Amino acid sequence: MENKIMVSSAPHVRDTSSTQQIMRDVVIALVPAMLASAIIFGVRALILIAVTVVACVAFEYLYCKILKKPVPVGDFSAVVTGVLLALNLPSTLPFWMAVVGAFVSIVIVKQLFGGLGHNFANPAIVGRIVLGLSFTAQMTSYGFPAGNPSGVDALASATPLVATRSADLPLLPLLLGQHGGVLGETCALALILGGLYLVFRKVISPTIPCMYLGTLFVLSMLGGLTAYDALVQLLSGGALLGAIFMATDYVTSPYTFTGKLVFGFGLGLITWAIRFLGTAAEGVSYAILLMNILTPYINDWTLQKPLGGAKKK
Amino acid sequence: MKNIFKRAAKGAHVPHLKNTSNTATVDMPLPSKIILSMSQHIGAPAVPVVKKGDEVCVGTLVGKEGGFVSAPIYSGVSGTVTDVREMLNTMGGKVTCVEITPDGKQTVDPEVKPPVIESYEDFTAAIRKSGLVGLGGAGFPTSVKLTLKDFDTVDTLLINGAECEPYITADNREFIENPGYIMAGIQAVKKWCQIKNVIIGIENNKPEAISVMTKACAEFSDINVKALPANYPQGAEKVLVENCTGREVPRGGLPSAAGCIVMNVSSVAFVGKYLETGMPLVARRLTVDGDLIADKKNVNVIIGTPIQEIIDFCGGPTGEVGEVLMGGLMMGTAVADPSVGTLKQNNAILVRSKKDATLPEASPCIHCGRCVAACPMGLSPVIACKAYSLGKVEELDKLMVDLCMDCGCCTFVCPAKRPVSQTMKLAKAMQKKGAKK
Repeated sequence: MENKIMVSSAPHVRDTSSTQQIMRDVVIALVPAMLASAIIFGVRALILIAVTVVACVAFEYLYCKILKKPVPVGDFSAVVTGVLLALNLPSTLPFWMAVVGAFVSIVIVKQLFGGLGHNFANPAIVGRIVLGLSFTAQMTSYGFPAGNPSGVDALASATPLVATRSADLPLLPLLLGQHGGVLGETCALALILGGLYLVFRKVISPTIPCMYLGTLFVLSMLGGLTAYDALVQLLSGGALLGAIFMATDYVTSPYTFTGKLVFGFGLGLITWAIRFLGTAAEGVSYAILLMNILTPYINDWTLQKPLGGAKKK
Repeated sequence: MKNIFKRAAKGAHVPHLKNTSNTATVDMPLPSKIILSMSQHIGAPAVPVVKKGDEVCVGTLVGKEGGFVSAPIYSGVSGTVTDVREMLNTMGGKVTCVEITPDGKQTVDPEVKPPVIESYEDFTAAIRKSGLVGLGGAGFPTSVKLTLKDFDTVDTLLINGAECEPYITADNREFIENPGYIMAGIQAVKKWCQIKNVIIGIENNKPEAISVMTKACAEFSDINVKALPANYPQGAEKVLVENCTGREVPRGGLPSAAGCIVMNVSSVAFVGKYLETGMPLVARRLTVDGDLIADKKNVNVIIGTPIQEIIDFCGGPTGEVGEVLMGGLMMGTAVADPSVGTLKQNNAILVRSKKDATLPEASPCIHCGRCVAACPMGLSPVIACKAYSLGKVEELDKLMVDLCMDCGCCTFVCPAKRPVSQTMKLAKAMQKKGAKK
């Protein structure tokens, strides 16, 4: 018995956190947004979410099986990607297109680059961008499906970003999400609730979302918008969904506080530039993709200053 | 006070588990033998001056210092030297050990008498002769620490009573049981090293220790108690210096480069006791705890007592032993063979079940940056680990991995359960090797 005691290098204790728990928390934080999408867009929204989730998990499983890699059973990361991808799709999108998006996200962006922790960009964002470029018409038909049980049909055809760049929008429908858009981006309240849960659970730090939305707000006002119109910029389109759930993806965002500030500022700047200087109505996904690619450099520029490392000896 | 633009340095919220903070220290009966390793400190091993068959007393020199950074070793029992042999140390290397079998009389060596001190040189010589090393865990020879080139540069003495490791309460008991010796030790160091200010840093999870010391310091305006947040690694030397004085110990330097001397509370209490009695360092207090220890307590143990006998004295293991640690959960060493003797710098023996000792399996890094936020030194472990795996020595140097002190925060907080600090150790070795080329 004495010969069998364990010998390992310090430290001999770990905290209770785990990758699964973090991913599970993200899924929990997305539940309000998923429910809101079902209420606003009908049951098809839930089916679409189920399709992408199943597709993502299946692609991950098959890829790892075929390449004889260990299958990352139950780390929930493919589920997160699936949910996020679905929340970036309009409810009317044909299911096979959603499956294509899942393939791009999981196989091309995630697994080909080495799997969990090695993707250079947020898989769901790239999935959305590829679908948006490939099936532009279907990806921008934000209308409510026929027979929508909620009975709301205002602002049916486009996101408020497109529909009402100058017109006045009441605040309540914006917060509740009773307007056009992709599944997850319309209900601001649900997204903020999820974000608060993640901050409370210490899964994300509020630095990136606050800096991103703050920058976008300030730039919009500097660009001549009223405070309310600038607020509409934050509450409509993909800004909230992107800021809270996509830009805070660990792998593709900087480590340090300073790095997160730079990252958030860059996101705000690019989103604003695309929305106001370009021709596209929506700039969140490209902003996140571009900043994802810059993340290694931001990490390099914003290294922490070690204790006692200030003076060169 | 902390500048988050510079570094997060959050540390880790390790469990406290201070089960033994209210149990008074008990003396352990004489062991069947003591095994004195000649390497019980940082620096050159001591050289044995006894041979098999020699008679020794309590306080007899067994090993003399093997260099400047070294410390002598004394016997804590009277009896016969029964063996001098090479044994495996806990790091897997060979070390000379002296085994002494007690005769039960505990005769004190006639050489043991209180030192006569009239100058700073007398003081450091006496400390050197006492065999004192840092009792907080590191084991750095105290005489070396107190050897100052210039009195003017050092103005502050920090007494380290943070005791931030889980389980361990040995220093806490020192505060409660021996405030007199602590104050005497502080006064001596203060006098001979010409120190202006003394700060006693204690984590705020030890309210009794704080109140005892506040009372003891009441009449001295230049000795103050500072309650520190209970956050690991509060007791790390450089962290303590920053949190108590706001100064930064420069890279590669000792705290004296920031005008501080840092001494563990048990070390400074020993100084006080040694100046009164002249008995060198032959015994110390250990916390014996862990989920398999029935009778968790603080024990006063003769240095060199086999770990197994200490475990037996505390009720033995109550189940199948998974792991035996010398020191704390975060920085302690797992011993392969519990028949080895305790060392001067050991402050705890922890006996853990397989269930407690089994660690979760590592999974891929998700780059959450928690190790970066936790590192008390403001390093970037995730980036350093990547540089290590790619063999980039220059980048390791740029990342200053040499500043890593193995506190283990990065491994503790890692949600992917990766051996981050273990990789940092390898990275440090690679940087050092690369620098030599």
